[in-house]
Amino acid sequence: MRSPKRLGEKIIERLLLLSALVSILLVALIFLFLFREGLPAFAEIPLLSFLTGETWQPVAEEPKYGILPLLSGTMLVTIGAVGVAVPLGISTALYLSEVAGSREKEILKPFIELLAGVPSVVYGFVALTVLATAVQTLFGNTFRLNALNGSLVLAVMILPTIVSIAEDALSAVPMEYKEAAWALGASRWETLRRVVLPAASSGVFIGVILGIGRAVGETMAVLMATGNSPVVTADFFRSIETMTAAIAIEMGEVVYGSVHYSALFAIGLVLFAITFVINLAADAFVERSVRRFKR
Amino acid sequence: MNKRSKETLFFQILRLGTYVTVSTVVALLAYLVYMGSDMLSFSFVTSFPREGMTAGGIYPTVVGTLYLMALVLLLSLPLGVAAAVYLSEYAGERESSLVRIIRIATANLAGVPSIVYGLLGLGLFVLFLGFGFSLLSASLTLSLLTLPVIITASVEALKTVPHSYREAALALGATKWQTTKRVVFPHALPGILTASIIGLSRAAGETAPIMMTGVAYFLSGLPQSVIDQFMALPFHIFALSTQSPNPDLTRPIQFGAVLVLLLLVLSMNLVAILLRTYYRRRLS
Repeated sequence: MRSPKRLGEKIIERLLLLSALVSILLVALIFLFLFREGLPAFAEIPLLSFLTGETWQPVAEEPKYGILPLLSGTMLVTIGAVGVAVPLGISTALYLSEVAGSREKEILKPFIELLAGVPSVVYGFVALTVLATAVQTLFGNTFRLNALNGSLVLAVMILPTIVSIAEDALSAVPMEYKEAAWALGASRWETLRRVVLPAASSGVFIGVILGIGRAVGETMAVLMATGNSPVVTADFFRSIETMTAAIAIEMGEVVYGSVHYSALFAIGLVLFAITFVINLAADAFVERSVRRFKR
Repeated sequence: MNKRSKETLFFQILRLGTYVTVSTVVALLAYLVYMGSDMLSFSFVTSFPREGMTAGGIYPTVVGTLYLMALVLLLSLPLGVAAAVYLSEYAGERESSLVRIIRIATANLAGVPSIVYGLLGLGLFVLFLGFGFSLLSASLTLSLLTLPVIITASVEALKTVPHSYREAALALGATKWQTTKRVVFPHALPGILTASIIGLSRAAGETAPIMMTGVAYFLSGLPQSVIDQFMALPFHIFALSTQSPNPDLTRPIQFGAVLVLLLLVLSMNLVAILLRTYYRRRLS
């Protein structure tokens, strides 16, 4: 009587486990295919000149495959985006979790969540048509599409990530901490600054890290906002090109199996490695912040 | 400065930051609605583009995006929910190292840039498996991208079901699977739906991965099978505004297409947010 039922249960459990294994399979597939398609590039391009070469000219007479301009482009827009989004994001999170009344919070929060739902191509479109003109009117820059334009639009895109994760972390700080501070005569601001924020710091930090991860990997918005010229520069008013944009633009014109094709996969590999490290760092902080309140 | 006025000052600064953020959203959406509303009409959404895409509607791009969404739902939802059920219900309290690796892999996949999924889709589906530049390759690619979103959020939804429910069912002699199917799952369903809607809306707006796996700049008809190429709304916006011969000429169509995409994606998000708020209230 019981054994067929048992057997059914076992089969179901196995099937579910199999589905869960898909995550591991997927990571493995990403690694496998990025290596498979990307590695042949290094038969033609020495690894060192790939990573440190200052010229990215894959379709020139004498093609040059140095990704330094693309790396620096990605870094520049990311730094700019983080510079704008972190102060705004953290103050929004602080305000929502500690200052705003529950009614105000209920009204404001959905707006920030909606921001996360806007597709990146729409952000790119706004950056291309409206923001670029506004920036140019304001600063009189020569390059209409530039790194600043990309940074600003990226900042808006990573805000929801920073706000929601930081807010969760701030809300998770036990009430006792605050009560203890108030009992000692601290004002609400002092409690916020000296007790709540430090206690939630790793959570807030996770939000920032994941925001950086999103900025590094973002494609369409930066592609449409930055002008896409691969130069090594720290000037926010210059046109730049990111790693993601190079892959997206050039993959459409490339001959499958060529050196250029492999080189684009190799950029993907670099990109994947960077975001993987960023995500692992975030994971490590999650563990830490979980342990913190468990005592 | 005394304690009181310092506190007021800093709180006002925080308030300012918040309202700058929120008013950015409002201004952005209001502007796009304003610019797109002139174009928005029934015939815009239901007629083909004409005269080299400089006139007419966006019908094939809307259909393409809906096809994509349907296929992504079909491919990623069952698998994602099954994975979540295993992780939440079967993996046990003390997690084995296998389960730990699955968890870390899932969390990491959610942070992998969409363009990397595009590369995987191109390498795996388009070329290696020979599905070609097609609706099938693009749907599979977007399904992989959506999977971690569905798994992560479904696990959370399953975890909110109180332990006592499971214990009560098990005490009545129900098996693990019966408990999961009849007791745990129905209670987690709203949460799982919310997650799926958000995952799906994200897939609908993705551009880079489909650029590498199957979207076309212009087609004169709708795709007849999954191995055909297709047009899609987000790519149409990108193509008209950056790749077409005269982007300024088609600006109104671009704004119209942006508004249609926004309405599609944001209404899904809104439904998800409302659903979640409603059920959260009912639970507490």
